Amino acid sequence: MTDPLIEVKNLTVHFPTDDGIVKAVDGVSFSLMPGETLGVVGESGSGKSVSFLTVMGLITRDQAQIEGQIIFQGQDLLTLPADEMRTVRGEKISMIFQDPMTSLHPYYKVGLQIAEAVRTHQKVSKQEAHEQAVEMLRRVGIPRPDERADQYPHEFSGGMRQRAMIAMALSLNPDLLIADEPTTALDVTVQAQILDLLDRLKQEFNASIVIVTHDLGVVAEHCDHIQVMYAGKIVEAGDRRDIYYNAHMPYTWGLLSSIPRLEEETTKERLNPIRGLPPSLIFVPPGCAFHPRCPYVFDKCKTDVPELLPSDGHHASRCHLSLADKERIFHEEVMART
Amino acid sequence: MGRYLIRRTLFMILVLFIVSLITFIIFVKLPASDPARRAAGKQTTPENIAAARHAFGLDKPLYVQYGRFAKGLIPWPGLFLNEDVYYSYTNFVPVKDEIFSRLPVTIALAVGAAATWVLMGIPIGIISAIKRGSFVDRASMVFALIGVSAPVFWLAYLFLYIFWFKLGWAPPSGIPIGESVIEAVLQGRFILPWLALSLTFAAFYARMVRGNLIETMHEDYIRTARAKGLSEKRVIYKHGLRAALTPVVTMFGLDLATLLGGAFITETVFNLPGVGQYGVHAILTNDFPSVMGVTLFGAFFIALANLLVDIAYAFLDPRVRYT
Repeated sequence: MTDPLIEVKNLTVHFPTDDGIVKAVDGVSFSLMPGETLGVVGESGSGKSVSFLTVMGLITRDQAQIEGQIIFQGQDLLTLPADEMRTVRGEKISMIFQDPMTSLHPYYKVGLQIAEAVRTHQKVSKQEAHEQAVEMLRRVGIPRPDERADQYPHEFSGGMRQRAMIAMALSLNPDLLIADEPTTALDVTVQAQILDLLDRLKQEFNASIVIVTHDLGVVAEHCDHIQVMYAGKIVEAGDRRDIYYNAHMPYTWGLLSSIPRLEEETTKERLNPIRGLPPSLIFVPPGCAFHPRCPYVFDKCKTDVPELLPSDGHHASRCHLSLADKERIFHEEVMART
Repeated sequence: MGRYLIRRTLFMILVLFIVSLITFIIFVKLPASDPARRAAGKQTTPENIAAARHAFGLDKPLYVQYGRFAKGLIPWPGLFLNEDVYYSYTNFVPVKDEIFSRLPVTIALAVGAAATWVLMGIPIGIISAIKRGSFVDRASMVFALIGVSAPVFWLAYLFLYIFWFKLGWAPPSGIPIGESVIEAVLQGRFILPWLALSLTFAAFYARMVRGNLIETMHEDYIRTARAKGLSEKRVIYKHGLRAALTPVVTMFGLDLATLLGGAFITETVFNLPGVGQYGVHAILTNDFPSVMGVTLFGAFFIALANLLVDIAYAFLDPRVRYT
């Protein structure tokens, strides 16, 4: 049994604000083995992006109260000094972001921006770094990469920019790539291309990937493991099959039901949104944070915080319903709907 | 780009015509005194006054009078501010000669002040933005508030009072007759004018740079730069400032051009014989061709600077292209 590539233990990230403490991430634990893909799913404000920005060291103790451990290749990243963290960031762990339109610097050529990442971590000449940048652009499927490297981001389409971002993120052959909503800003056809590209590059570069998204549909075929987050906590975690074919948490059911289906066009059925709004992260509801929106709520949910309890070796959920009830409801109601 | 330049140049000439027309209307509608009468002297005859009026061209219909001035607007050697029309009603010296003989003073004042406010304003803005909320930031912004609030005529007299009259650190105002502009600069006669003139701008630039940089540092591409593992210094100076300073270049071009057209108040208070002081004198003596000349000279600089700044922008921001 190899060691996990990254192991996050009981991570909390709280932002002090004038209105109170925003509990963006509240006791998150997970691990990821080398070469695996993890999907992290949740609504806006569920803490998914903040968790991974903290892993990247892009949210620091200056900005937030951070507790817990992030063990990456045997080191706790939260105890690393800033300059050592900088060598991890970009070289060992890299990240691509939601909006490729704004994530590249508008005033610098694309090739230069990739070469800059290379030169930050490797002692190579400008020429060599540029050649590496062109090579990376080729590998992410950008045609005429030598010409494209000399263009500015505004001359790229959205999908091409996200490819360029991926090229930049993978240019140092990192062990972990965090993709924060990599396809949200893109057209549906381009989304599939980008996800397929990530799959292929994962093999080529032998990297682990985390895909952060609000869309369960996106991660369906691309992730080995999926964890669902709600109000700063993981509410359900499991293998892909666990989540899609045997989900145990009403919030996950809501997410599954809200994936649009092609058949709905013909049956004239409307989308099934999850009722209500995500909770305030300052005044998190007592008990289960999801209880105000949960159709299966009972008294215990309003007072007791449910634990993340495993139902078997790889599947865990945070819900007071009995396992029998969970399985019955999922198969009778949720599967019927989806 | 070629067509763009032609279009912009034509537009620039149109702006100059509009400025000149407004100036002309003000002169016609608000006659402080009859220039012909003044030129003819105290003991004079109606014939003399008529002769002077004829010599100035003031006996012609208004549209002919304006047309003569308008011809001097065409930015072409021999036509621009031509001496047939643009000469002083007071001492009959061509306006062009007056302006160009005074230009070195104005240039020395404007360029020196511009360098001062850039060297003060931009670093203060950067430090404030980086150390946002710190004591340095608060102190800088208090300085900026005072700077933008203090009128230049008040600052000028205050500086003269403190640094020349009380402390004797700086030379008095004015340039002695026979001393060249370069000598005056070397003797420090421009230090107080530079400071007084630049303080408002420095304060304004500090605020603008701070605001721009803070805003830029929240951009997604700054997060990308950090995610690459760049040092914070490089993130700020290479990625942040590049975007934050681009609009500052625009402002700078326009502000410098405005001052090159004459820093009226500063030149008057410090008794510097520049274009601005000439302009003030011309207004006070109702010397219309001089007023028109100085106005158009300033308008020309501003219009030209607008054009240059727009062209520069295409080089600074790759997203901007002119067709």
